[in-house]
Amino acid sequence: MATGFFTDTTLCIGCKACEVACKQWNQLPADGYAMTGMSYDNTGALGATTWRHVAFIEVPASKKRLPMATPAPPPAAVPSADGGNTEGLKILNINGEAALQVGFPDIGQWLMMSDVCKHCTNAGCLQACPTGAIIRNEFGAVYVQPDICNGCGYCVPSCPFGVVALQHDDGRAFKCTLCYDRQKDGLEPACAKACPTDSITFGDLDDLKMRARQRVAELHARGETSAYLYGVDEETEVGDLNAFFLLKAEPEAYGLPVAASLPQNRVTKGFVAGFAVAAVLSVFSALAFKRKHS
Amino acid sequence: MAECHPVAYRFVMEAKERGAKIIHVDPRFTRTSATANIYAPVRAGTDIVFLGGIINYILQNELYFKDYVLNYTNASFLVNEDFRGPDQLGGLFSGYDEKDQKYDRKTWQYDVEDEQQQAYGGKHRSEEGESHSQGAMSGKRVGPPKQDLSLQDPWSVFQILKKHFSRYTPEMVEQVCGTPSEIFIEIARTLAANSGRDKTSAICYAVGFTQHSTGVQMIRAAAILQLLLGNIGRPGGGILALRGHATIQGSTDVPTLYNLLPGYLQMPSESYDCDTVVKYVQMNWTPTGWWHNMPKYIVSLLKAWYGPHATAANDFAFHYLPKINGDYSYNQMFYAMNEGRLKGLFVMGENFGVGGINARYQMEALQKLDWCVVRDIFPVEVGDFWKYEGTDPKSCGTETFLMPASLVAEKEGSFTNTMRMLQWHDKAVDPPGDARSETWFMYHLGRRMQELYKDSTLERDKPIQHLLWELPIKEPHTGEPDLHAVVKEINGYTIEDGKPVAGFAALKDDGSTACGCWIYSGVMSPDGINKAANRQADPYGINFGDPGFTNHSNWGFAWPANRRILYNRASADPDGKPWSERKKLVWWQEDENEGASGGLNQSAGEQHGDATTPNHKGKWVGADVPDFPADKSPFTPADPHGAGMAAHSGHAPFIMMADGVGQLFAPNGLADGPLPTHYEALESPVHNPVYKQENNPVEIRHNREGNMLNPPFDPAYPHVVTTYRLTEHHTSGAMSRWVPWLSELQPEQFAEISPDLAAETGLENGDWATLTNVRGEVELRVLVTTRMTPLLINGQKVHQIGMPYHFGFKGIVTGDTPNNLIAMTEEPNVRIHEAKSFTAGLRKGRRTVPPLPTKPVSSDGMVQDRGGEAGQLNREVKLGVVDVTRHENPPVDGGFTHNVIEATGQGRAGSE
Repeated sequence: MATGFFTDTTLCIGCKACEVACKQWNQLPADGYAMTGMSYDNTGALGATTWRHVAFIEVPASKKRLPMATPAPPPAAVPSADGGNTEGLKILNINGEAALQVGFPDIGQWLMMSDVCKHCTNAGCLQACPTGAIIRNEFGAVYVQPDICNGCGYCVPSCPFGVVALQHDDGRAFKCTLCYDRQKDGLEPACAKACPTDSITFGDLDDLKMRARQRVAELHARGETSAYLYGVDEETEVGDLNAFFLLKAEPEAYGLPVAASLPQNRVTKGFVAGFAVAAVLSVFSALAFKRKHS
Repeated sequence: MAECHPVAYRFVMEAKERGAKIIHVDPRFTRTSATANIYAPVRAGTDIVFLGGIINYILQNELYFKDYVLNYTNASFLVNEDFRGPDQLGGLFSGYDEKDQKYDRKTWQYDVEDEQQQAYGGKHRSEEGESHSQGAMSGKRVGPPKQDLSLQDPWSVFQILKKHFSRYTPEMVEQVCGTPSEIFIEIARTLAANSGRDKTSAICYAVGFTQHSTGVQMIRAAAILQLLLGNIGRPGGGILALRGHATIQGSTDVPTLYNLLPGYLQMPSESYDCDTVVKYVQMNWTPTGWWHNMPKYIVSLLKAWYGPHATAANDFAFHYLPKINGDYSYNQMFYAMNEGRLKGLFVMGENFGVGGINARYQMEALQKLDWCVVRDIFPVEVGDFWKYEGTDPKSCGTETFLMPASLVAEKEGSFTNTMRMLQWHDKAVDPPGDARSETWFMYHLGRRMQELYKDSTLERDKPIQHLLWELPIKEPHTGEPDLHAVVKEINGYTIEDGKPVAGFAALKDDGSTACGCWIYSGVMSPDGINKAANRQADPYGINFGDPGFTNHSNWGFAWPANRRILYNRASADPDGKPWSERKKLVWWQEDENEGASGGLNQSAGEQHGDATTPNHKGKWVGADVPDFPADKSPFTPADPHGAGMAAHSGHAPFIMMADGVGQLFAPNGLADGPLPTHYEALESPVHNPVYKQENNPVEIRHNREGNMLNPPFDPAYPHVVTTYRLTEHHTSGAMSRWVPWLSELQPEQFAEISPDLAAETGLENGDWATLTNVRGEVELRVLVTTRMTPLLINGQKVHQIGMPYHFGFKGIVTGDTPNNLIAMTEEPNVRIHEAKSFTAGLRKGRRTVPPLPTKPVSSDGMVQDRGGEAGQLNREVKLGVVDVTRHENPPVDGGFTHNVIEATGQGRAGSE
């Protein structure tokens, strides 16, 4: 039976319980103690010792999206110094209705999303692993066997989502195991267990997908038409994701690729192009030398 | 709520999924705002204007729940014609004494029919048998107020309320709170539309309401609003105080407060003649309503404490109780330390070196003590006052004891949280080393004190000698007492056979019962089952009404009497029928062989005979334990001369109130006015736009060296600052800044500022900045975010700065303590400080005083010098796992073998 995660970002309250539960269960160390300035996200990205990561994205109403870590938006978006209304201070309240207001924060949405290894149907890391350390286990999850991994790192650039990473003081590759150990004991993964609002749900993939499609239909019926599923029912090179998402903004907003592609599928093309360029350059240099000698 | 109560917020999200609208009002846009349907920004400290605005909107547009307001509140009561309100007196109520800065409440009283005395020791008592107290025990009682059921009389509470709030218009809300009036009106409209017979709304608040110089009145404003909308005593309604720590509700129920005894009984005071239990009751008794039973509770408490030494002959040892002879509120302790009047202090599970107001002042005051005992799970800031910044340890004479405490999973006990529910937790592992529970510490301390005093013949040592202080030991190897005995004492038992009583209704004032906290009575069944440990959740849909509605009455125990909703008589109409099918909770069920009910109008004509005999036979039934005498018919008339519950009619739901109705107007009980009135925070950059009076006229200030208020309107401190928590940390960080997994999530002290303020001060996201005011400087980094916005207040642009208050100088992650910037002041009713609204200046760069030394942290996240510092405590957080190694030394009580426990969880396969 294939199992997976359905992460519904419309229910996420950004509490980071998933991050902590994951680190606690898997005994992962802290990554360091520095403030990033990127909203409330001080984790930054998934990595060898961070297998769940809650992203916080502040989307101002006045602009489509504020680039991460940019200090100040244009001053036109705030009341002028004399306290009068600034021309063009048109903002949206959180229901999406246009309103002309003073003293309302320029925030359209504060997106929160708990990211994790996607456990792809066509997993780039698994295909790239030369030692057979990365396998698909009986739960359909992509699993790095730590006793076989030799730390070659081929999996790292092969992941279109930037999930798997090498642990610097250990050398081997680590990522989410979909709590292989817990699943073997019939327990749900730590993150899903800890999630207070059931934004992360775990279960049989077919069930999850059915529920996810229903959820999107429900949200659409409520007028929340921006909701869609990411990683299910899409035509991408990685195929369906065993950990898929319900998003309410475009994938790039969350740092996800629009259509994930596998680097290895570009290898032939890359080599051919490389050889062609080499050949052309050889011909040119040969010609150049020939001319000099003659 | 999503920020600070993420687990409780689960239910809010679930309600939202079923169509509930979430409204969030907050100075900054938070995680709650992100999930709310409507968000409104507000200036910190202006909640009375915001709520008053809604009250006004509801009154002006006649959107209140008329039947509820008329029958269940004091709207129709007439007030003394000498009463004058703030609109006539420039912001003051009548009765203000400028010299003492106090109110005389005489003019706030109702206009009454007649005055009478109610004797304590009347008929109801002779029924209960012989009493210890012969003679006059009379409580003050005034006759029923005059009423105008048309609500048109200008002296009716309703008209006074309407007039008082008439100036709180949407425009005023926009001017004072900075909230755009369109959003404000949308909120008022949504709230009104979602209240009434078929629907209810709840208001949740936390210290954003309370920690102001008008904190109590802010909650009063919410209460008035909920009464007008009919949202009290009904499912889905209410005002919910979201409690800030585990069991903080419990620590007021069985209080850690200086002026209360368990169960909200008043502490006896020297300010009135109070040398006997009779006089105590006289002063604190309410002859009508449920508090009429108070004598039973105080006598049972004395029996629980002094056992056989409390007898009718010695006035139940009442004279053993200390009498308050001065101000011993929290702040006063520190002034007393500073002035050398207080010599020793126990600090248990509190880290006011970070969480205290004017934390520096409090830390420095500790240096004047003779001795100080700090009990905590880590060597937190407060235990290090003797080497606090700028202190030479050699100059500090305080003898300091660090006592290691056990964590929640290392001891059993109960939590009482927001919903008054006692929930039991079991012990999972032994604590490390000499770490012990609070019960262990207090029990053995008391035991040793009794040992010390056992030969004394002095009268003053009797309270120690005679204290009933015997607990069975459950764990011989640690000396931990058996908490079952504590639960039984709190629950109450009959002296004769020692069996637990079924509930507080069984308590007596003749010394035949003992009870440690009457409101908790019933937590143990007569056969000794601890109901707080019940863990049977209901499946959805087993009850009626809303298919999802269920009470989970077998999960934990909610005081009083396992009632989930207080005053739930109000969930039925005056005739006892549910207001609506959708919102039914408890209702009156007549016995089938009785005739049809006559209705209120008919029964109202019947004159008071024996008021305790219901006109109609039947009982109150429903999904909750009815908060009403079980067989008292809704048609029972009030007996104007009756005692206790007989003085209330069968349709007076608020049984703890003297007159049985909700108080829109509060003639008694409040120091700063019968109606909420907006005053500016003690430190505010703007003048009060509502009244001439700037600040709360009865606020208690403590201007003294080290605790000065900013000069009014000082341009050096132009910004409004508010503090709050982050999901990632817990209060002073004593439990979170020592855990790597939490520390990495919010590693630095920061302040959130708007891009506009950043531009004005030349700050960029992530820059170091310093907040300053007369109390000191705090350096932090700025998080520039469009979630903050400047507000337009009365034509003046006001910036708000928000900052978490979690940081201190110890732990894995450290930082300056924001509470150093806040002055100790006291709200006049409950003496809460004003931490959620004060002023400061913001400048670029770090503070001028050298930054505090921070602890060296190694690459794996371990803080280097932990273990030894805590004396015997050897708890180390390694990779966040509690690696517990028992101390080799045998503990003081009972020698246990020094086994090694490793709570390591699951190791990562082959990684280390």
